[in-house]
Amino acid sequence: MAAISERLAGVHHESRTYTGIWSWLATVDHKRIGIMYILSALFFMAFGGFEALVVRVQLWQPNNHVVSAETFNQLFTMHGVTMIFLVAMPILIGFINAIVPLQIGARDVAFPRMNALSLWLFVFGGLFLYSSFFFGSMPDAGWFNYVPLSGAKFSPGVGIDFYDIGLQISGIGTLMTAINFLVTILNMRAPGMRLLRMPLFTWSAMITMLLVLFAFPPITVNLILQMFDRLFGANFFNIAGGGNALLWQNLFWIFGHPEVYIVILPAFGIISEIVPVFAKKPLFGYESMAMALSVIAFLSFMVWTHHMFADGLGPVVNSIFAITSMLIAVPTGIKIFNWLATLWGGKIHFKTAMMYALSFIPLFVIGGVSGVMLAMAPADLQYNDSYFVVAHFHYVLFGGTLMGALAGLYYWFPKIWGRQLNETLGKINFWLVFIGFNVTFFPMHIVGLEGMPRRIATYSAGYGWTIWNQISTIGAFILLVGMLFLLYNLIITFARKPDAPADPWDGRSLEWATSSPAPEYNFAQTPLVRGRDPFWLEKREGSGQMQPAEPAGPIHMPSPSLAPIGIAFTLVLAGYGAVLHSAIIGGFFLLATFWQIGRALVAEDHGFHVTPHMGGEAQ
Amino acid sequence: MSTTDVVAQQAHATQAEIGLPKDNRILGLWIFLAGECAFFASLIGTYLGLHGSTLHGPTSQSIFDLPLTTVATLILLTSSLTVVLGVQAMQRRDVRGMQIWLWVTALLGLFFLEFQGYEFFTFYNKGLTLHSSAFGSAFFTLTGFHGLHVLFGVFWILLLLFQSLKHGINEERTSKVFIASLYWHFVDVVWVVIFTLVYLGGKVG
Repeated sequence: MAAISERLAGVHHESRTYTGIWSWLATVDHKRIGIMYILSALFFMAFGGFEALVVRVQLWQPNNHVVSAETFNQLFTMHGVTMIFLVAMPILIGFINAIVPLQIGARDVAFPRMNALSLWLFVFGGLFLYSSFFFGSMPDAGWFNYVPLSGAKFSPGVGIDFYDIGLQISGIGTLMTAINFLVTILNMRAPGMRLLRMPLFTWSAMITMLLVLFAFPPITVNLILQMFDRLFGANFFNIAGGGNALLWQNLFWIFGHPEVYIVILPAFGIISEIVPVFAKKPLFGYESMAMALSVIAFLSFMVWTHHMFADGLGPVVNSIFAITSMLIAVPTGIKIFNWLATLWGGKIHFKTAMMYALSFIPLFVIGGVSGVMLAMAPADLQYNDSYFVVAHFHYVLFGGTLMGALAGLYYWFPKIWGRQLNETLGKINFWLVFIGFNVTFFPMHIVGLEGMPRRIATYSAGYGWTIWNQISTIGAFILLVGMLFLLYNLIITFARKPDAPADPWDGRSLEWATSSPAPEYNFAQTPLVRGRDPFWLEKREGSGQMQPAEPAGPIHMPSPSLAPIGIAFTLVLAGYGAVLHSAIIGGFFLLATFWQIGRALVAEDHGFHVTPHMGGEAQ
Repeated sequence: MSTTDVVAQQAHATQAEIGLPKDNRILGLWIFLAGECAFFASLIGTYLGLHGSTLHGPTSQSIFDLPLTTVATLILLTSSLTVVLGVQAMQRRDVRGMQIWLWVTALLGLFFLEFQGYEFFTFYNKGLTLHSSAFGSAFFTLTGFHGLHVLFGVFWILLLLFQSLKHGINEERTSKVFIASLYWHFVDVVWVVIFTLVYLGGKVG
């Protein structure tokens, strides 16, 4: 790899090469960024999982005192915030980073430096959130942080400030990911890769990024308003000052409901990739799958008030939102039936990835059905704020999102890391997680219908809740053992030499047409796409190799840069300034951030060129 | 499109691929502006929901000074014209003309901010602050975030201007000037909405 001299913003500047840890901190390679997203998400999952286990231990028996009620509030709040913002989204964004450019035959994303900035904003935002532990109070008002509970009066500690600012920081990063991938998918597809030839994972990524684009600004505004309330004495949510508590709920759920789809649509995409590969059949109803994704995305912005049925907004509002909410079951049902039709008559290979994908379908259906139950406004008043709701969204987010993400992990592991996870350990891991999940969360339906409210630190004996809680707690420990098998599988696999073949599963899409792991330039020659499932098509009807769409030659690559991590770092320091009410620290680091952004606006990266071996291996 | 066309086109693209491909930036900025629409829509919705919550403090009818704001609006709208003239000069390869019009645009932006600063100062003296009422909170936050967008745009345009003064202009810099002008137009359009809904709407009721 030869670095060529370049001109950066008018000064002569050698394209730096970084080694060791610095090569990771300065990387702008979408595959390395994807790896860091996935590993950070697994790291935060350990925290979120630990919090859930303590919650389950506390609820083992009536009047238990393992933790105080205050600690319990922090535990379930941080569990929710962590799992949504620091696990579900980043692990899916990690797969999108690692795989989507390969699937469309691109060399990188549209804005590689901005991609690195997104990653570091997420990582630092998450660490910032957790650092509240050292400042004496963690967020404790639930993951949706309702006012007035989260206002200065009832939450005087700094925990909520960490919530407001930490989520803003990581949210800006997510928004930039959305812009980046929309441009990448719309502008950088290989020749012949029309929109309706894109793999469904890429489709789901595109639709998800549209949701992010329109859902994240409202939550950013909401967080800013609350920050102004808490830091500068504004009155947005302060009733005595003329504020409105429903404003928080509206802005939160205008974001919050699309957010649910932001974390489930990429999982739909993963399932749509895995099911055809392991059933050895093309996906049934490809166009209707893409259409269903779009319709779900459109409807997801019209249902937010179903989170507010118990507010008493009146029968007209509630009826409208009940109907739009139930409508979403239609495109979702189309997807379920298409997966089943793909399986029908297929030659099914029960690899771990496929088993996770197959378990996704019934688990998500259970979550979807309880979702339709919750969408019925009058019935919702019975379920509202009970464990039934907890059961519902864990079937959707764990049975759906996490099962999908784990399916993706086993499926794409060879492509991302060049090694295959152990299948025997994988199956043990799958069965323990599958059983543990159902033992944990199915009883919550029952205990919820028996009236147990969410978020209570303990309960009295004599309601008949104890036995169900104990089953749930046992299930949580089965889950723990299952996840430890995954950890063990990861450790022994990372200890092995990379030896995965380019195409271990007899895949259909372009990522399997390059080596495992892919070289830094992805494809020595940009592939020519001649149809849907392009690699499968060439294997069946062509030479078995992708045809090139360009002559072989040197490939232009963007230079690595430490600017993204620098911007994210100073922004997070500015966040500490705000939390500590220090205008000097906050102002200084905010200026430092904008100084660097200004430099980035005029910077010109001429990059460097690599000459690939025609075998497709990196030099 | 035949395969040979595709090959030729791709080969050309690889040759020209220095820095970011130009159209990526432009599409990226349009998508960013779509997100900005949602951002300002949330702030404007918040303002519309809270603008009647004045407690015993000043109301929009009593405090808004329409002639002053109209002049500020005209200044900002004129800056949209001047940035267009700058981009047109750039497309004629008239670098000097581009630089002059970018100067004028940035100056008009600063004039607008001066009006806004004066307005904020007057309102503050009349008792309308961020914490006097929900109306005050919503007003200062909405117009303040718009002002910050103008300020960012001024710095952005000045940065590109200084770069062109120092190092001349090249293809990549022209695309950066173009997207900065798109951003500037967006900031103006948002102001038109704010002027209509907040100031005109606030005077009538």
